[in-house]
Amino acid sequence: MRILALIRQVLDAEETVRIRAGEVDLSASKLVVDTMDEYGVEQALRIRETGVDAEVVALAVGPERNQEALRTVLAMGADRAIHVMTELALDPIALSKVAAQVAQQENVDLIFCGGQQADWDSHALGAATAERLQWPQLTWVNALEIHGQTLTGRHDAEDGSEMFSVQLPAVITTQQGLNEPRYPTVPNIMRAKRKELRVESMESFHVEPKLKIIGAEIQVKARLHKILDGKDATAAAAELVQLLRDEARVIA
Amino acid sequence: MILMVVEHANGKASKSTYEMATCARALGREGPVTALVLGAGIAAVANEVALLVDQVLVADHIDLEQYDPEVWSAAVAQIASEGEAHVVLIGGSRNGREYSPRVAVKLDAPLLEDVVRVTSTEGAISAERYTFLARVTEKVAADAPVVVITPKQAAFAAVAPGTQAAEQFDVELTLPERRVQITGKSLEKAACISLAEAEIVVAGGRGVGSAEGFRTLVEGLADVLGAAVGATRAIVDTGWRPYSEQVGQTGKTVQPKAYIAIGISGAVQHLSGMGKSKCIVAINKDADAPIFQVADYGIVGDVNQIVPAMIAAIRK
Repeated sequence: MRILALIRQVLDAEETVRIRAGEVDLSASKLVVDTMDEYGVEQALRIRETGVDAEVVALAVGPERNQEALRTVLAMGADRAIHVMTELALDPIALSKVAAQVAQQENVDLIFCGGQQADWDSHALGAATAERLQWPQLTWVNALEIHGQTLTGRHDAEDGSEMFSVQLPAVITTQQGLNEPRYPTVPNIMRAKRKELRVESMESFHVEPKLKIIGAEIQVKARLHKILDGKDATAAAAELVQLLRDEARVIA
Repeated sequence: MILMVVEHANGKASKSTYEMATCARALGREGPVTALVLGAGIAAVANEVALLVDQVLVADHIDLEQYDPEVWSAAVAQIASEGEAHVVLIGGSRNGREYSPRVAVKLDAPLLEDVVRVTSTEGAISAERYTFLARVTEKVAADAPVVVITPKQAAFAAVAPGTQAAEQFDVELTLPERRVQITGKSLEKAACISLAEAEIVVAGGRGVGSAEGFRTLVEGLADVLGAAVGATRAIVDTGWRPYSEQVGQTGKTVQPKAYIAIGISGAVQHLSGMGKSKCIVAINKDADAPIFQVADYGIVGDVNQIVPAMIAAIRK
């Protein structure tokens, strides 16, 4: 079988977001593989390690820098990578068109996608990709097993969690708890440099985004910052309770 | 036509349905606002939403008893196509955000996901939404004959019901086979006060020290305030608290009147789930903890002394 892991390179959560001319400017920022995508790669590798004859292919769609993210994933253990290079700002629905076409070209049986992307704050990529392929989807999966053509597991639903069973092919989006992603070791980082990373041009995928970003700003809510010293716990607690009652009027 | 898909549970329309109706009116487009109610045994819900919109479409069928993303997206796309909807509004719940991308693809429409504001000008719709773990407010524009929108929960005010009930129509749907089998469910322990809808949330982080500390301090304070209980991911990962209480990137997003953070340092992932709260209160022994930068009120000190003193002061 063949497993496709969708990889997005996003701003490191520890980094400050910079805005320039109404756009988020990532040019000087540290970027990383989205944590939610790492769960997908890890799960694909674990499937292969259970003895299933599986090839793990990683896909990224975006600017040239995306190749750093793909090298990281190859160092984790993916077999090969595909980079569809573009400077175009894609929304998840537009990107899913590329992902679905690559999945078809590569005869993929199973796709992993992050449950939420740390830059778009979106849940849409996995579901949109599944729809384009006419495949079923399971979102927010936190436990997964494969037996032949059947996937079983558990995922977070609206009001709790559900156990599920579905036949391949399918799209799985990840949730915390699915696994603990491995770190690439130095020998594997060296080995990853020799693995196949195929670069494709965006043109053949005929994608025209229907959404345009027309502005971005950091809206910082003004906060009061009335921080009390708690050395005298009783006095500080009494003062805080009084402030919350009489000034903020948030407690009775 | 503006089509809005009603979210409901236990025979009642959810708060998000009232918020969607506000969002629909904010779009100010020509044509009626039409509600679509999907489910089994939903007459009461249909009657309830008839007071919010201009027209109600009802698909009351046993096959719609249980939600499925493929079934729901097929139903909504069918009605949207038949009714030539310009706008399809789907709730910003976990389910809504799960099947709305499928609807957008079926209709070849852009998706405005988890939006906090919408405006419609000259046929184009623009919206504001949070990105980069809720640190950025991004403005996006869609220029297309049909647009799918999921309003962020609690971002729009609830519409006040009218006095005149809109007409109801039954609709016939062609539904796909279900391919995902749900073989078991474990419902979240029904908390006394729902985290998403609570006016006050008291949340605990690693600084509470132990599961016992969480119970005494966080649950103790929540009890006297009538507040809901939240937790950080670190606490959930250690098993002290259930996932249903997790606030943050991979948990719930809350926007209460007051968020009281006890022993929470304030990682970006946590802030993305509560940073829009109206009033933030922090109690932490580390004066440099990032939580204090977003706090309106706070105390630097030992949570084991301060929180019991607060409980006593509130009881007084």
